[in-house]
Amino acid sequence: MGPSNTILSKSKSFFAEIGDMAYFAGRFFREVVKPPFEFKELLRQCYYMGNRSLLLVLVTGFILGLVFTLQSRPTLTEFGAESWMPSMISIAIIREIGPVVIALICAGKIGSGIGAELGSMRVTEQIDAMEVSGTNPFKYLVVTRVVATTLMLPLLIILGDTVALIGSAIIENIKGEVSYLLYINQVFDSIKFSDVIPATIKSFFFGFAIGLVGCYKGYNCSKGTVGVGEASNAAVVYTSMLLFIIDFIAVFVTDIFVDM
Amino acid sequence: MKEQDQKEPILEIKDLRKSFGENHVLNGFNLKLYKGENLVVMGKSGSGKSVMIKCLVGLMQADSGVIKIKDQDISNLGQKELDILRTEIGFLFQGSALYDSMTVRENLEFPLRRHKKKLELSGSTDKLVLEALENVGLAKAIDLMPSELSGGMQRRIALARALILKPNIILYDEPTTGLDPITAKEIIHLMRTIQDTYNTSSLIITHDVDCARVIANRMILLVDGINYAEGSFQELLNNKDQQVQAFFKT
Repeated sequence: MGPSNTILSKSKSFFAEIGDMAYFAGRFFREVVKPPFEFKELLRQCYYMGNRSLLLVLVTGFILGLVFTLQSRPTLTEFGAESWMPSMISIAIIREIGPVVIALICAGKIGSGIGAELGSMRVTEQIDAMEVSGTNPFKYLVVTRVVATTLMLPLLIILGDTVALIGSAIIENIKGEVSYLLYINQVFDSIKFSDVIPATIKSFFFGFAIGLVGCYKGYNCSKGTVGVGEASNAAVVYTSMLLFIIDFIAVFVTDIFVDM
Repeated sequence: MKEQDQKEPILEIKDLRKSFGENHVLNGFNLKLYKGENLVVMGKSGSGKSVMIKCLVGLMQADSGVIKIKDQDISNLGQKELDILRTEIGFLFQGSALYDSMTVRENLEFPLRRHKKKLELSGSTDKLVLEALENVGLAKAIDLMPSELSGGMQRRIALARALILKPNIILYDEPTTGLDPITAKEIIHLMRTIQDTYNTSSLIITHDVDCARVIANRMILLVDGINYAEGSFQELLNNKDQQVQAFFKT
């Protein structure tokens, strides 16, 4: 097979995968509005995803705030702009760095977990067993997980952003002798709704992407235990790429509205 | 057999065909299962037994052929009707397929969540779960996780789960594979007991001759995707055909 044929067959399988994923997403939207609803399982998934990722998100957010402030401080000091520190850090974290970093962390933690769990259920025939027992496994396994990630990710991002700002305030207090009250005042002075709302809307899409790709890879897993590893790995890789694409679209759209 | 011919089959497969690319797995397979009967389908690995049983419950789509369960052609059924029909069928998977994130109790409660009311099963969920576990002699395992059970115990729990909706038909996919000979005998004995107690019709897919000897009322040998030979265990054992004898020699 020549290089052009290889490229052609790879492109074909890439677009076929995109098509399959779009069909999977379409099935999600059909099933999510159709009763019966699996509220108990949804709550369980929300609890697991939120609770199990909380510590990781808090630690990451806190260190992000500390490091970002420590790294930015010398440059701003050089220009005599230390007083801009709280505004700059808060806008950067809330608009962009917080949502993207925490979504990437969750893609690794939650997305790969979903991929591996559903993948292992597929290869051990547990999904088939659900289907044979007259239960819709798509509704029970996929819909609940995608809705749970869509709802939980914005909450995790809000918490992560808050902790990052606390970390930043601590560094500012130690290095720049800025009181906590002054730091908080400056943060609230500089943040507008036009910073918070688009970032929050974006985080719902991030959550949806993490849940959807993880479920898609796991639900369609094949090739035994090797396939489970591949599903888990591919869930993280595909989600990470998708997160940056969503981020670009979100920033582009926000920019259009801000200009208006 | 003569008597069975007079009766209507509870499950019927006509001219079932299924291919995966160039690999033709089923080439016009036929089967009739009657009420209260234990029908064993034997075949070598890769002969299409599992594909056939998966087509039977709608987990796989056949290329052509007719599958009728209780006179309903499953290819004409919508998802809702198929789900209702599936409650009439218990399925024991080869690897047990217990939900490993749930306890034994939750595994058994799972099929009841949606169908208990529809099927008008009497008694509380707890009572039905306990009854099913007692039938397989594992009531004490109710709060254990599947990972805490041995292979034989997992197979018994899977059987209890297959029975919980009180199905008329039970499909066994290699019920003794992967078990030691003593545990395999226990499972076979359990299958007989269940059949006697509930008067279910059973379709058993296996390549275990001992299992077939004990349990089969009638047998079909599946070779190259077609019914190669059919009859009672003794009839097939006495069959002089080399391919038929090959099954019994192993």
